[in-house]
Amino acid sequence: MISSQIDKAEFWTMEISPKSGWLDLNLREIWRYRDLLRFFMHRDFVANYKQAVLGPFWFILNPLLNTIVYTIIFGLIIRVPTDGLPPILFFMSGIIIWNYFSACVLNTSNTFLAHAHIFGKIYFPRLIIPISTVIINLLTFAIQFGVYICFIIYFAFQGVPIHPNIFILLLPLLLIQIAAFGLGTGLIVSSLTTKYRDLAYAMGFGIQLWMYATPIFFPLSLIPEKWQWIFAVNPMTSIVETFRYILLGNGYFQPWILSLGAVTTLITLIIGLVLFTHIEKTVIDTI
Amino acid sequence: MNEVVIRVENVIKTYQLGVINHGTLRNDLQSWWAHLRGREDPNRLIDIYSEEKNRLKGDLFYALDNISFEVKKGEKVGIIGKNGAGKSTLLKILSRITRPTEGRVRINGRIASLLEVGTGFHPELTGRENVYLNGSILGMTRAEITEKFDEIVDFAEVREFIDTPVKRYSSGMYVRLAFAVAAHLEPEILIVDEVLAVGDTAFQKKCIGKMGDISSEGKTVLFVSHSMAAVKQLCPRSLLIRDGKIIADGPSENIIDEYLLQSGSVDGITEATFDEDREKEAQLRKIRVLSQEGKVKYRFSCDEPVILELEMHFNKKIPGLYGYMTISRSDGTLVMQSDSFDSSPNPLDDVEIGTHYFTITIPARSLAPNKYSVYLNFTSNRARSWNVDSPRTVCSFELEDHTSRRGNARQGFFSTMLEWKKI
Repeated sequence: MISSQIDKAEFWTMEISPKSGWLDLNLREIWRYRDLLRFFMHRDFVANYKQAVLGPFWFILNPLLNTIVYTIIFGLIIRVPTDGLPPILFFMSGIIIWNYFSACVLNTSNTFLAHAHIFGKIYFPRLIIPISTVIINLLTFAIQFGVYICFIIYFAFQGVPIHPNIFILLLPLLLIQIAAFGLGTGLIVSSLTTKYRDLAYAMGFGIQLWMYATPIFFPLSLIPEKWQWIFAVNPMTSIVETFRYILLGNGYFQPWILSLGAVTTLITLIIGLVLFTHIEKTVIDTI
Repeated sequence: MNEVVIRVENVIKTYQLGVINHGTLRNDLQSWWAHLRGREDPNRLIDIYSEEKNRLKGDLFYALDNISFEVKKGEKVGIIGKNGAGKSTLLKILSRITRPTEGRVRINGRIASLLEVGTGFHPELTGRENVYLNGSILGMTRAEITEKFDEIVDFAEVREFIDTPVKRYSSGMYVRLAFAVAAHLEPEILIVDEVLAVGDTAFQKKCIGKMGDISSEGKTVLFVSHSMAAVKQLCPRSLLIRDGKIIADGPSENIIDEYLLQSGSVDGITEATFDEDREKEAQLRKIRVLSQEGKVKYRFSCDEPVILELEMHFNKKIPGLYGYMTISRSDGTLVMQSDSFDSSPNPLDDVEIGTHYFTITIPARSLAPNKYSVYLNFTSNRARSWNVDSPRTVCSFELEDHTSRRGNARQGFFSTMLEWKKI
């Protein structure tokens, strides 16, 4: 062919071929599409907040109602010890952390199915969607966190011994960890649901079960020390305990639990990214 | 201008039959269990059109079978072929929606593809917000959209409603705005699917004009269409695809003649059924071309009406659903456009769940003697995905004139008998 003679002189901006490495994460491209990320976040924000008259109000009401229900069940009826904290403060801290995590997982886990139509019509880095989901959910968390702070202040004035400490500066890191872990888990589930749709139904139940296996309605100190490592593999354990410790000065703050959680988080995120970037290339053929 | 900007090399795309439709763990276990006992896979797809059998090798269906071609900078290339020939698969690979199974495509330059207008439009967002969202989905940056914003709004003629949520737009306004964003894309290489075939004619002209402007600026364009007239108008060169292979490449006029000669596209098809697609909120399941007596027929006299009978299944009540139809002459010229708003009330609007039948009657003595093909599309701007069902070109009929003096030699668009009178 004539063209092959000038091949060397040619410059290609893009090559579309069947395969790429096991982790094909094009961060530069995601950065180039950052405006799209913004507009997707804006879209989700409008869809979540503008539609209902009460909009943001629900995000406040939901953890409050949950806290009341769980305080009655676990605090008053079962009488779970709460590390000497007022049950409301204890349960609510776990609930708002868990809300953020489960929202990240559940909302990113249907990325492919919910966006099949757009994905079938146009290309953009698919990761934009789960990333925008994780960021937009942070807003909901911020609202709930604000309410929680009000409760802390109220109880502090009531004379309850609450000792926030210097580690509160770790809060952003903690949130990044939840986001990373929620994103990783969501990416894994979203990749698997393209093959097995029934997994989407199992997910709602799975998350619920997972919540009860996380020290939200009980303190980790209730678990015998030799079994604690089982809980520590779940990064949400260290996150919830650390969250309580830095805000209330009461919780199970152990470096080894924290590091084990961090390792699991990292592994989950990497597996999620590998699966997602692998599936996204041909997902539209099977969805 | 001899620089090659798209090079497609030996691209193959196969689909594994059977895998496409599994989708649940239960089915996979079932197949696995059957395989274990040496039985036939109960989930295997067995309905393959006989004409597609030569594209099957074992369990693999060859959607694209070793495609290679080059496009030079500034070229406008039409891609034509029957439904299912592989055009859409090729477009999807070029637009990076999916990857080839083998081979590679190399591209030099900023590329944008337009397989649909208004992708990502959200009903709750205002016109302004949707312009930004849609523009950035299409690959524009915020700054680029801002720069073009006024032009887009003026082009769409929606200035006074730009801060109103698009759910309150009329379908005309909605389509115009969606088109306007797409028309103001400024890539170096543009890939366009049949999207231009929607919208009202006046606006379509404006859009094709705009596309013409873009292409005269030295942009490279790949254009897929069923409308031979549009391909002829926009593209000097065409590729003809059949059964996943490129069977002809050359000047559009020759290629189009070849295509019409050998495929005849839907020529002679008077009855078509469509496989159930549960994803669709409403779907055309069957169409028949009927005579007044209710018989399936292809060749009609100009003196009798042609009746199209549509069997449609509704999985949902869809407010605002309407049908859109065009009738094209065998050379691809659009002869007439119609939609279900021609009847009042629109019979497709808000139909109950279930199967319903509709007819479209083309009155006697309206169209001139010729061969015609019918294109159908069902749309609602209030449905989940704006295009509810796009069966596209579905059937055909032929009209013969036996009664007028000139008979079949009567040229033009109409066969209407006019009154000549001495007064």
